[in-house]
Formats: sequence, C-alpha cells, structure tokens
Amino acid sequence: MPMAKKTKTVKVINIDLEKCNGCRACEVICSAFHASERYSLNNPARSRIRMIRKPLEDIYLPVYAGEYTAAECMGRDKYIIDGREYDECDFCRASCPSRNAFKEPDSGLPLKCDMCEDDPPQEEPLCVKWCLSDALTYEEREEEVDDEEEEQEQDLEQEEMERGLKALADQYGLDNVAGIMARMLKKE
Amino acid sequence: MRYAETGYNLDIDLSSGNVEKVETDPALTELHLGGLGTNARLLWDRVPPETDPLAPENLLIFGAGLLAGTPAPGANRTIVTTYSPQTLLMAYSMMGGFFAPEMKHAGFDKIIFSGRSPELVYVWINNDQVEIRDASHLQGKGVVETEELLKQELEDHDIQIASIGLAGENQVYYASIEHARSSASRAGIGAVMGSKNLKAVAVRGSKDVNIAKPNQFIELCNEALDYIQWRAENPVQHVPPILAGLGSPQEMAIHDEAWHTTAFSWGNARYRRKEFWSEEVEEEWSQVQDGAVQRLISCYNCPMKCGAIIAYPTLELSKYMMKCYSKLTYVMGAMVDNLEFGFRIAGLAQGYGVDSYTAPQVMAFAIELYEDGILTDEDLPDFPPDNEGRFFYLLEKIVHREGIGDVLANGVYWAARQIGKGAEAYDSNTIKKHEQIPIKLGMLNPIFFLMHSTGEKINITQIEGQLPQAPFPNKEDREEFVKDWFQAPSENIKDFFVKWEPRGDYAFPYFPDFQTACELVEWQETMHYIDDSTGICAGLSSFPIKPPYHIHNLPTLISAATGLDVDKERLWDKITRRNRSLLRAINSRRGLRRKDDKPPEDHWKKRFPEYEAQLLDEYYKFKGWNEDGVPTRETLRSLDLDDIGEDLEKRGIYANGQEDENS
Repeated sequence: MPMAKKTKTVKVINIDLEKCNGCRACEVICSAFHASERYSLNNPARSRIRMIRKPLEDIYLPVYAGEYTAAECMGRDKYIIDGREYDECDFCRASCPSRNAFKEPDSGLPLKCDMCEDDPPQEEPLCVKWCLSDALTYEEREEEVDDEEEEQEQDLEQEEMERGLKALADQYGLDNVAGIMARMLKKE
Repeated sequence: MRYAETGYNLDIDLSSGNVEKVETDPALTELHLGGLGTNARLLWDRVPPETDPLAPENLLIFGAGLLAGTPAPGANRTIVTTYSPQTLLMAYSMMGGFFAPEMKHAGFDKIIFSGRSPELVYVWINNDQVEIRDASHLQGKGVVETEELLKQELEDHDIQIASIGLAGENQVYYASIEHARSSASRAGIGAVMGSKNLKAVAVRGSKDVNIAKPNQFIELCNEALDYIQWRAENPVQHVPPILAGLGSPQEMAIHDEAWHTTAFSWGNARYRRKEFWSEEVEEEWSQVQDGAVQRLISCYNCPMKCGAIIAYPTLELSKYMMKCYSKLTYVMGAMVDNLEFGFRIAGLAQGYGVDSYTAPQVMAFAIELYEDGILTDEDLPDFPPDNEGRFFYLLEKIVHREGIGDVLANGVYWAARQIGKGAEAYDSNTIKKHEQIPIKLGMLNPIFFLMHSTGEKINITQIEGQLPQAPFPNKEDREEFVKDWFQAPSENIKDFFVKWEPRGDYAFPYFPDFQTACELVEWQETMHYIDDSTGICAGLSSFPIKPPYHIHNLPTLISAATGLDVDKERLWDKITRRNRSLLRAINSRRGLRRKDDKPPEDHWKKRFPEYEAQLLDEYYKFKGWNEDGVPTRETLRSLDLDDIGEDLEKRGIYANGQEDENS
C-alpha cells in the first residue's frame, strides 16, 4: 500500500532585476538581522546578500550567499544578457578563495543565506520585507519528498557541518581548531 | 563603544601629506549631534575668520551624518563644510548617495582636508589604510569618467567616490563635488576642493556601525518604511502632483511639469510663462523623458527613486545620473522649449561639475547682457545666434575660465561688478552673492521672507518644508488636511493652517501674527538642522508634506541609535538652537549683518519695508540675536557656547548692536 507522501516547504525568493533601484536596503537589514545581538549593527560587508551594482552599465544584481567552496573555478566565463556583460562570478553564490564576498570581514568565515530562519518564523526574509521596490518577492511552495530524499537531506546537513569545520581549519589550521574543540569538550 | 558614530575623524594635511586618525570627544556629539553641527564647530575652532576660502588654511570637511550607515532608511547624507569663495560665508552643501555610509564603514565620521597639495592628487581610504595618490592622469577628466577610472584602477566596483570636474579644478565659484547620482553643489565647495589640488576621494570600508538600543531602533525603522508605503498610496491632496509624494520632487518619474514651468521664472529669473504648459508640450516632453530615463535609482538604503540613469542617443556623454530639478534649470534658463536640450546640457555640465541651479542663471545673465549691449562680440567672439548654442558656448568658456568665462565663473554677483557698465542691475536673483531658485511672486509671504532672508543655507529648498506652499481655498479641505497631520509640531501650527486663506483677514502679508510666523520659520529650519546633523535625507523628513520622520519620532530614533538621552525639548530647544546660533555666529564673525538678510529685490512685487523690518526685529528677538542679527552673548552662554560669545565680543562684533548700547 502506498504511504501518504511527506512534503517539504521550498522557500523561493524571486528576483526581478528590472525593478531593483540599487539602494542596498537588502544588505543593510540582512547584516543587522544576523548580528550576534540582533539589529545591533549595520555592515553590508557581513551581509548574506550582495548587490552587484554598476549603474552606468545598468547592472543591478542581488545575489544570495550559498555554499562554501575551498577551490577557485578554473575558468571565468562572461555572460552577455540583454546587452549587459556579466562576469560568471557575479551570479555565483559561493564563498570562495577568489573573492571577498560572503565572508565575515573579521574571521573570514563563510556566510550563507538562511532565509532569516527564526523562532517564531518571520513572515518573509527581511531583505524581501525591506525591498519596497518589489525587486525581491517571496513565495513558499510545498514539494513532495520520499524517504530517500529525507535521508539525503540529513546527509547534506552533515556535509555542511563538515564544510564549516573545514573552512575553520583552512583559516586557522586544523591543530588550532582541534585544540579549541578539545577545550570545549572538557568544559561540557 | 561608540554608537551610530565611529568616534574617529580622519585628518589629512595635503600640504605635508600628514594623515592622522583622531579620536573625537563624545561630549561634542552630545552638544551638536554630528554632520553639520560638529562640522561647524570644527570650522569655528580651526579656521581663522579672515581666511581666504581658496587659501590652504581653509578646511574642506566631509562629515557623515550621525545616523548615516545605521539601518535608518534614507540616512545617507554627507555634509561638506567649508568657507565659500562665492559668498565668503560658511558653505555646507550636502549630498546623498553612498559616500557617508562608506565613510562610516571605513571607520570615520569625518574626513578633514587642510592645506594644499603641490600636485593634483586623489585620496584612497580603504578602512585604516589611507594613501595620497597621484592624479595627474585624471586632470581635466569629467566626474563620471573619473569615477569609472578609479574603480578600474583600484579594482573594486563597490568603492564610493566624490570628485570634481574641470570646473572644480579651475576653481569656478559654483563648482560642485559630484558623487554617483548625487552632488554637493551649492556655494562653490568644488572650487575649494580644486584649490587644494584634490581631484577625488575614494572610500571603501567593512567595519560595523553599532546601534545602542537595537530593538527599539529597528521598530522605528520599520514604522518609517510602513508609512512610506502608505504615503505612496495616499498622496497629499490639493497640491501639485510633483509635491504630493515623498522624496525630492519626483521629476524623473513624473511628467507633469505644469507647476515648475508656469510658476517659476525663465531666463535670468525674469519671465513667467503662465500659459506654457499644454497637452502638446506634455506629450512631447513625456516622450523625450521616457526615452532618456533608463532606470529610476535610489540612494543608500532608501526606497524613494529620486534619481535616474539618463541614456539618450544624442548625448554628448554616453550616460550619466540625474536627479530632480536639473532637468529643467537649463531649459528654463535658456528659454527654450526643448527638454532634450535639458538632458544633453545637464549631462555635459555635470561632467564638468557645476551647480545646476547657478550655472544656467549665470548663462542667462550673460545672454541678457549681450542682448542689451553690455557684453559685446568682443567679449563673446563667434557667439551663436540661438540660445541652445549659446548655453553650450558659455558652459565651455566658464569651465575653462577662458575669456569672459573667467569673469562669469565667479557667479552673477561678482561678474556683474567686474563687468560694470550697469551690469549690476542684471543681478536680479541673488541673496548674499548666491543665485537663488528663480521664483518671482506677487504678495509678500512673511514666512518665506524670513526664511529667504535669514537662512544660513542661502537656498530656500534646504530651509523650507512640510508646510503646503499656498493655503487651500476650502476650509473643509484644510480641516481634513490637519486630521492626520501628526507631524505638525503644535496645535498652534495646525490652527494657523486651518485659518490660512488666499484672501481676506487670514491672508498674507499680515497674517499670521509675528509669534506664529517665527514659530513656523523656526519649525521648518529646525527640521532641516536636525536632518543636516543626522544625515537623514530631507526628502523623507524636513522637505515634503507629511513625511515619515518628524519632530515627534526623531528624538527617539536618535536616542535609540546613539544611546544619548534626547527628547523633543532637548533636540529642538538645546541642540538645534545651539547649532543654529553657532552657524549664525560663524557667519557674524565673517562679517554677516542685518543688511545682508534680505531677499532679491523683486522676489515679491508687493513689498512692505516697515513691516519687513518689524518681521526681522521680531525674528531676531525670537532667536536671541541682537538687532544686527548677531547671537547675543547671553544667548550663546545659555547654549553652552560662551567661548564663542567671548570671541565675538573681543572682536568688537557687538559694537554696533543692542548689547553694547545697554552696557
């Protein structure tokens, strides 16, 4: 007998480049929300969304931070869309060694958009809320998942944690990180 | 920890190349907030009053507003302060854009330039790393090109740049400092930057700006955003469409220019064209504008779209950024009906870096002198026959300071006196040697009389605000208007508005009473003084009718951001009065007196000399200034500025005033 399918919520931010006015409010509220004491600071360099802004080329491109990668890409392709020339990197969500984007300015640790996960949940990610031009809009949709996918997702979480630790090790050396872990274990 | 501000100024002596990061005294923030207030104190303290504005001893201060770089929507203004080569008084022109927040993120509240570099340089500030770099390759380059070249050279598209064009390099008295879509353009501060051999300042920062009471602060920010959205759907009724919304007048988006083109003067601020606006003009101009405006754009963290990217096939420059009224100033100055001309010449003029208020008026002045035979073909060889051609011709002469352009580059006031032969009579629209918005009206408006006459900004759009410019004819409409006018400072102001009528006992010039007139003026200028210190854009605060920021929520916003304990009384009665009287004292020390406090002769057709004198008397008294318009020793003492009063006394500045007679 077929089991009732489980569903998961997929969160989608729609980005309309034609509506963007380049004000960077998305960066402002993102960095404020993710401050260790919420809203206690503003610093777009800490934001998990960044605006690629080249006004005279009419390029206004908000990009969200995605996964960390330890390696640079081999190539750097160019995209020409509606007469505007974009660097491949412009669209890339990765925190990577070839650029400063999506890294904490102090520690260099990778940043990643978490859709403003909160308890109780926010109505929508705050970059969307603060985008009065509606360049950013938010929707949620339900998608079916099977057990296999669920397992995969758990694996993904594990992988993500590993990647975070790997990034720390890359930044500070494995010995250092291991030392801190050991001290933390002792305290527990 | 310092909140909202960084607590550091960057002091750069361009003569010696010495660069210092200086920790600031938090007590100064308590006294003056930041931006304009602390800029003014620095100017008073460090520049002797006899200093020639173009001498190395003058300072050029880029001050970020106190709230710039916090999440407060629209807090992004840079206040540039110096002595003006044109007015010889203090100048504090301001710009929006992205510069002030970037300064804060680099770790500085102010960048203070002194001295004069031996060669043309630019300054590159990347967090704590500051370099003075050769700019010989940028000499003569337009501001748009300069920004692009620096972004390439420094390999970063996110740096923010303020620069001068050829006009600034050649010390044109109305040269602007340009930045992205914004400019600090009034009173010739670009000439001061040029006199220092400073082509550009480039800034990049990645430091935090801290907030003292985060939850309270963000709640106020969210309220402001909600109200901005509400206002977008609920424009103010009974005013021209261009004044019904928030922001600067929305001239990049709105096509209806009936108000500017029929109410403002054309040419050398002389001719009204009450019948100009028609369906045909609207259709043609709409087409031109839609063809020119590529995208509406904003300043840092502001949802308003007051600016635009202009791309037009016939442009001399490929693209540039424009805002507000500059679309019309050249068209109306040249008395041509062609909006395309406006987009073309404004782009060129912006590249050179000239003030789009003053430059067209100087050109219109020159054309009048030529038509009346005071300037001749000798002064203007090969002068084109058409006004469009003449404007392009004059622009080149002025920014190169070539031939008669060298005289016209000093602005209408100085040029008229240098040219002589009766040219002084053509200086029809200046206050304190500075060109004004070209409006000529009928009946004296006592409130605007005081604002035009006494405002230290010498520029009405940065003094007026929040009050509809004319009474609504219907009482029901006025009553309706005040129902949700929570921005009004007092019941008295609301009562005034309900009573105020176009004609009869409750009309100008003798209505309202002196006390109410003074209150109305003080309220309007207070709101601007607050904005000029916080760096909040007037377009969301002191300028438009029913704005999101007002006297009742700004004290809480400032307190939540900074941790200072600021309420309405302290903000208005202490801090703003202190800053207001400080600016007046600075200008008093530079020689400003009652005789200078006057609007252009023909600003109103109907004038009332005795009543106007009374108005000034009452206003000075209201401000605690003597009858010569100088803040009294006692007033300055009560505002914790006794050292300034002492200085004025020592210099004999009270000698002709009330105080001396009494003592």
